[in-house]
Amino acid sequence: MDLATIVTALDLKVCCGADKLNRKVTGGFTGDLLSDVMAHSGEGDLWITRQIHQNIIAVASLKDHAGIVLVQGSEPARDTLEKAVTEGIPILVSDRPGFETAGMIYDILKVRGG
Amino acid sequence: MLAHETTLYENQFPVEGGNFDKAGQVSSQIKAILKRMNLSNEIIRRVALVSYESEINIVSYARKGYIHIQVKPDYVLIEAIDEGDGIPDLELAMQQGWSTASQRIREMGFGAGMGLCNIKNFSDFFRISSDVGKGTQLKMVIKIDKVFDGI
Repeated sequence: MDLATIVTALDLKVCCGADKLNRKVTGGFTGDLLSDVMAHSGEGDLWITRQIHQNIIAVASLKDHAGIVLVQGSEPARDTLEKAVTEGIPILVSDRPGFETAGMIYDILKVRGG
Repeated sequence: MLAHETTLYENQFPVEGGNFDKAGQVSSQIKAILKRMNLSNEIIRRVALVSYESEINIVSYARKGYIHIQVKPDYVLIEAIDEGDGIPDLELAMQQGWSTASQRIREMGFGAGMGLCNIKNFSDFFRISSDVGKGTQLKMVIKIDKVFDGI
């Protein structure tokens, strides 16, 4: 499953990383506690979060996430966006709440395969 | 010198206390170095986590500190040494969920009282010591040849 498919299915806004939407998504992780994300998320995960500050980029980069989905229409902070571009981490925005966003992505990955 | 004592890489990275703009930079550098050394993804993943949590602790609680890394054929040694207030009760600090983090730190998703537990869980060897009023010292070893059976 590539990022582009998920972007289209959920009508996500692509804040950065439009050139990286062919990246493969192998799973997902939902969390706002960075230590939780560090410990339990995996490589290739799409990370769904409410956090918008720049430290999420270091976490996504260290964990080799496929990208970050900000929920509830949250826009990334400007320095977050700058860092995301430098590190090559796609940032996507969902207008839906976290529960719904995660559910839809889960469905897509489960039904259509990782 | 015996072959297994050969140091493949060694370096020390300063970490600035209180500067969340730079938090994670040292760990990203360390990850990139280990990648170039062709260590397995599993080892890199664990070193990156241990280094990141240590780095965040220095940024969150200390005035300044450094992360020292040494790569040997059999293991990676990571030390995080800081100058700060230190930890009065180490047993309490090691409890999952216990934290002295400020509201500002918690709002960013740090300070959930998970960092030290993560470090312990992802290391093959972990030691913490602290001098109140002076600072805290962490020492972690990640074995390269061992199959990890933690988290």
